[in-house]
Amino acid sequence: MAATQAIGSAPHRRAFVRQVLVARAVIAVALLAFWELVARSRLLFEGVVPQLDVIARGLGRLLAAPAFYTNLQTTAGEVGTALIIGGSAGLLVGLVLGANRFLGRAFEPYLYYLGPTPKIIFFPIMIMWFGTGPGSKIAMGAVSCFFPVALSVAAGMRQIDQVLIRVGRSFRASSLQMASKVYLPAMRDPVVNSFRLGLGVAVIGVLLAETKLSNRGLGFMVIDSYSRFDMPAMYALLIVIFVLAVGLNAGLSRLARSGNGARASAALG
Amino acid sequence: MTAPSLLLRHSPAIVGVASVIGLFAAIEGLIRASVINRHVVPLPSQVLLAFPRVIAEEDVLGRFLTTAGEAAAAALLLAATAIPLGVLLHRTQLICTAVEGWIAAMAAAPLVLIYPLFLVIFGRNALTIIMIGFAAGLAPVILKTLEGLRATRPVLLNVGRSFRLSRAQQFWKILLPSALPSIFTGMRLGLIFALINVVGVEFLINFGGLGQLINDLAERYDLPAMYATICFVILVSVVFFMGLEHLERWLRPRQ
Repeated sequence: MAATQAIGSAPHRRAFVRQVLVARAVIAVALLAFWELVARSRLLFEGVVPQLDVIARGLGRLLAAPAFYTNLQTTAGEVGTALIIGGSAGLLVGLVLGANRFLGRAFEPYLYYLGPTPKIIFFPIMIMWFGTGPGSKIAMGAVSCFFPVALSVAAGMRQIDQVLIRVGRSFRASSLQMASKVYLPAMRDPVVNSFRLGLGVAVIGVLLAETKLSNRGLGFMVIDSYSRFDMPAMYALLIVIFVLAVGLNAGLSRLARSGNGARASAALG
Repeated sequence: MTAPSLLLRHSPAIVGVASVIGLFAAIEGLIRASVINRHVVPLPSQVLLAFPRVIAEEDVLGRFLTTAGEAAAAALLLAATAIPLGVLLHRTQLICTAVEGWIAAMAAAPLVLIYPLFLVIFGRNALTIIMIGFAAGLAPVILKTLEGLRATRPVLLNVGRSFRLSRAQQFWKILLPSALPSIFTGMRLGLIFALINVVGVEFLINFGGLGQLINDLAERYDLPAMYATICFVILVSVVFFMGLEHLERWLRPRQ
């Protein structure tokens, strides 16, 4: 990245990496110190910006509470089911639209422009269709992750080396064989990447739906801590959720090294 | 161009439109045949008829302006802070390398979930909505600004050096013009994220423009009007995205 442009030799690079680590530590400490200062200054309303040790204790309390793990399980189950339903639908649609130019040109514009619309506004409809329980949250997550998966798979299909496709055709492979032997293996990275994008928006869809109407899940815990004005618990929850989301995202992007889809990244409604 | 070839060229679009119309007709038929419960899904024709009512009685245009204003405020904040931040980071290579990963991680985090926190800090008002829109757009605008500045061709920088340009001149005459297309892309993404989150938070906290209207109509169980408003929001966002795309294409320097 920026480091490698300017610095050539290995010792220099190592020194630069060390400097970067030091810079990171300094910035992190400075940010935390600034936070603590704001907390102690009493400039803001009491409790809005709690001191660091209060947040740390909140985090400890949260991680020690059995309720946290049952709610985490609920949310993880909802997100997982949403990803399976919305992701496989998106994968199927993406494969069809990517393989067939005519269908792609007929229907992809709809996906492309529907993708970035705010999905949460469908929540009242989902409640009516699937009830107030986990069903409507799963539906929210599935609808959210369908679009980036479909768009990014369709885009990935079009980037496949044409030689591979011609080889498949010359062997008279059936459509099913073409999908399982040529398209899917050639598209491992775009598919993994599309599920990474899909997972990100599915998490948002499920958690937001939980904050709006539910009595279970991490989203419910966030809004519950808000209504009880339990700020340390809210900070602790947000920290845990962000760490989990960023960690999952980093894990999946390590699985698929290549980044694809400027188109799909815009579809994160 | 002859009529048949024109038809052939546009046939995918025609098939697309026809399928959408066909889908709605099928839904209408299924509801009329009582296969789908009309207290869950209203007739598409009823939804269509609800449009004039929603526009006349629910002040949709005023609400649209509220939502658009909030998104625009978030975009202005983004332009005023995220682009300069990107420029500053580009200048300080060490700090840039140190925090770029953090910014990318921020882009992957479900940031909109901090809305209850913003409710506590800013209160249940437009500022919370604007700040969520701003927070959602921050990472893409910074990253795209950085990307554009970094992609400046070394030849251009060398030309600048051979003319002994000062740092400020180098920035205004070479770096910024070269990075502008990427910065525009960043602002387009930022604006899209801002709009999505503005509407979403309006719906969630039941305050403000179009998002609140949907929540309101859902609570009143006015199904045709609710579906009509959802269609209206989708229509507005799609027109908005298309407009932004055309604007970007129009602004991009011809090569």
